[in-house]
Amino acid sequence: MSRKLRNRFLLIGGVTLIALYLLFGPLHLRDASGRITAQAIAANFTLSRLRQNLAENIKLGLDLRGGSHLILQVQTDDAIRSITAGNLEKARSILQQAGIKFTTATSPALGRIEIELEDSAQIEDAKARITLDFGPGWTARNEGKRLIFEIKDEEARDIRERATEQAMRVIEQRINAFGVAEPTIARHGPATGYQILLQLPGVDDPERVKNLIRAESRLELKLVHSGPHPSEDAARQSLGGTVPPDKEILPARERRRDPNAPPVQYYVVEKTPVITGDDLRNAQAVPSQAGGSVYEILFSLRPSGAERFYTTTSANIGKNLAIILNNEIKSAPVIRDAIRDEGRIEGDFTKEEAEDLALTLRSGALPARVTYLEERTVGPSLGADSIRQGFAASIAGLAAIVIFMLFYYRLSGLNAVVGLILNLILLLAAMKIVGAVLTLPGIAGVALTIGMAVDANVLIFERIREELRNGKVPASAVALGFERAFTTVFDTNLTTIIAALFLFVFGTGPIRGFAVTLTAGLIANFFTAIFVSRAIFSWVLERQGGRPEALSI
Amino acid sequence: MRELIKSPNVDWMGLKRGFILISLVLLVLGALSAFTRGFNLGIDFAGGTLVNVKFKDAPPPENRLREALGTQGIDTGKVVIQPISDPITGVKNQVLIRLPQREVRPKTGASAESELDVEKRAILAALQTFNPPSEAATKADLNTISRDRLREILLEEDPLQLVSTSGRAAAELEYGRYADAIIQYRDRNQGGLLRDLGDLRAVSGVPTALIHWMPQRFFAGNAAMISAEIVGPQIGQELRQRAISVTLASLAGMLIYIAFRFEWIYGVAAVIAVFHDVLITLGIFSLVQKEISLNVVAALLTLVGYSVNDTIVIFDRIRENLRLRRREGLIKIVNDSINQTLSRTILTSGLTLLAVLSLYLFGGEVLSGFSLALLVGIIVGTYSSVAVASPIMVWWQTWQSQRQARRPVVRPKPAETAAPGRKERRATASH
Repeated sequence: MSRKLRNRFLLIGGVTLIALYLLFGPLHLRDASGRITAQAIAANFTLSRLRQNLAENIKLGLDLRGGSHLILQVQTDDAIRSITAGNLEKARSILQQAGIKFTTATSPALGRIEIELEDSAQIEDAKARITLDFGPGWTARNEGKRLIFEIKDEEARDIRERATEQAMRVIEQRINAFGVAEPTIARHGPATGYQILLQLPGVDDPERVKNLIRAESRLELKLVHSGPHPSEDAARQSLGGTVPPDKEILPARERRRDPNAPPVQYYVVEKTPVITGDDLRNAQAVPSQAGGSVYEILFSLRPSGAERFYTTTSANIGKNLAIILNNEIKSAPVIRDAIRDEGRIEGDFTKEEAEDLALTLRSGALPARVTYLEERTVGPSLGADSIRQGFAASIAGLAAIVIFMLFYYRLSGLNAVVGLILNLILLLAAMKIVGAVLTLPGIAGVALTIGMAVDANVLIFERIREELRNGKVPASAVALGFERAFTTVFDTNLTTIIAALFLFVFGTGPIRGFAVTLTAGLIANFFTAIFVSRAIFSWVLERQGGRPEALSI
Repeated sequence: MRELIKSPNVDWMGLKRGFILISLVLLVLGALSAFTRGFNLGIDFAGGTLVNVKFKDAPPPENRLREALGTQGIDTGKVVIQPISDPITGVKNQVLIRLPQREVRPKTGASAESELDVEKRAILAALQTFNPPSEAATKADLNTISRDRLREILLEEDPLQLVSTSGRAAAELEYGRYADAIIQYRDRNQGGLLRDLGDLRAVSGVPTALIHWMPQRFFAGNAAMISAEIVGPQIGQELRQRAISVTLASLAGMLIYIAFRFEWIYGVAAVIAVFHDVLITLGIFSLVQKEISLNVVAALLTLVGYSVNDTIVIFDRIRENLRLRRREGLIKIVNDSINQTLSRTILTSGLTLLAVLSLYLFGGEVLSGFSLALLVGIIVGTYSSVAVASPIMVWWQTWQSQRQARRPVVRPKPAETAAPGRKERRATASH
């Protein structure tokens, strides 16, 4: 064998070995005591061990291993609404402090605040004060006695964007805490869609996760002004008929599942909370002190919140403190002592409810509600069926092509088949390197690659035959065939790769898997159909003395 | 040397009129169908709910299924029920149930999206009616239960007295392991459905006492949902738009690449041919009312890349022959180029077709639309590279050289002929 040819085969062999190692490795050379022994090495080469390694190296997509795929949308209007409401409150207090009288102050639309002053002479003063506080994100104009503030488009976009990012972080924490292995959380769809894609392998009953993700779990601790009252009306009467702006009436439901539980009662509480969910350092579910299968949540506060909590509780000993979850009072115990940093939420929770609640409290509140746009669940048994079917289809396609190539091109057909099998190995190894997952359409991509891979061989072989027909000797026919077919192979493979790139941009999950497999297969095809096949031809020609009269093609 | 066709000598360009007729008939038929019957858009694009239900034995007759769905408040007039069978084993024990997007009921504040899975839950409830009522009333269905719920029931009932002997936390861990083993066995070894609770004896790592106790609290139901897909209206609309724009963008990509590698008219001709293939494939999907899913769009995009291949092979040969045989007419060169590459064109399309055909036959329900699109597309694509792309290119070049030939006579402006391309110079020189 010539030196040049030997180097080529060394390269091919090296690439093949690396690819095989990527697929069937890693090898464990040491035995239990840490020594490298022949037995330990041999133990790597059992069928089950290799199969297990292969299964670990080729990561399966959700559609093959089973799991849930969710697309959810952050209702970013909520974030704008709460900022608008906050600004409205601020505007009111600014005007009150400055002694500027106003008749109405409302938010008639999202991101819009309208204030009507009593005296139009004060309008510039009021505008300046409020603008200073709202910052550059809002525009201000006045019409007569009315002041109109509107949020700027870019500010609104920023707020929506931040809300989405924050929602993603919160959801990520919740999912990680729930214990889903290898979840995927990513932005999805158009930038202004505020969508999030979630892939949860192994979750085949998404109900609980779904509820967990969108749980609001807004915790607030507020001082009780009066109560309990038997009805909302009674509570309002106790305030003289109207609720002042700094108070509010909230319902209290304790012991929800107890049939003898007292009916819903109402408390009047201070509107400004002492503590919110943002002040939490930790929260965990613990069995209730009352015993039984009832659980409650024990929480602790961050230093800043704890300081505030201590000041408030020490100043209000003897009063009641309402523990409020999602605008519903869970309990309203009397403050007996100044408390620094711990509290409990009692509420007749089951273990699962308490665990989920603690988890969502720990992760912080969602900045806006989320809704589900899409939900796909594949059970593991269907995934196993799909693998079997995809595998059978690929094998059937491969077998049909191999038989045809051997029949039609004889020994050169064998050359193509060697290339084809190497192509498959390289394709799978490439997927392992880029960390791509194998999906059902991805298996279709493998089957399709098998078909397309022989395209290049056929192109070259037909060209060689043509040159032979034109009277060339085998050696120069082979050389010319490869040379002339090269640009065609290059162009055809590249156009398919370009299409696959668009496919990658378009698709998610399974379809991306297909695009990746197809691309990897076609790139590997450049190597096998041109380099490897050429080397084999050279070897065959050389073995026959370099100048054979005929070629089996 | 085995040969498919021995030195073909067909006047392809002479068949131009016939080709135009065939393509027009196919395009018009497809367009008529698309405008009158429309497309059968899958839930990916139309929105809706699609569940795959597996039964222990043959599924109940369709009218019984509809009846059961009706009792759960589902509008049975809009339900599509399709029995499917395993392409390898031939067992017919699965059913696809598809419900269209529910009409958006305007509710204060809440969008229809917030109750995305109402239909799925209704279907689950309907399936329960196929279980023996005596068992379903008192026991839990082990074929539809989740791992968490199973663990919880075990912990509650505590058949092995683990809570009293080793404490709640240890018991929870232990029952969790048993629940895992049972659910794994159900899903991996029994294809998602246990025939009988007696099957559980084969589960390793679970005490026999527990297996013996199981029938007191559980039964093996007749049906299980093995997959569920729910797509809301918003996603469907976004995807429709995206599918169209990405297909057009990929066509533009092809145009640019081929124009860059050859001449721009080659690119235009190739892209028109591919567009023709995509339209005909879509037309056939409309004619047979085959469902268009995301996978079908993926197949169409792949087709855009693949279908160009045959055209490139022919164009490559035309370019080469144009260089070698300058004196011959373009039509003769094109005919010869097609003939020279014909066996290659048929062989490669045929081999890829073999791969796609095996996907269509054995790939299962999920891939059937995908492989049908490729099957049709590859056949049409091979035809169009000969019958559409090449004639367009010839027609343009002929028209160009005629115009060039006439130009010096009609408008002998030196400024115009001062900087002609290489090709134009050749065309004028030959006259």
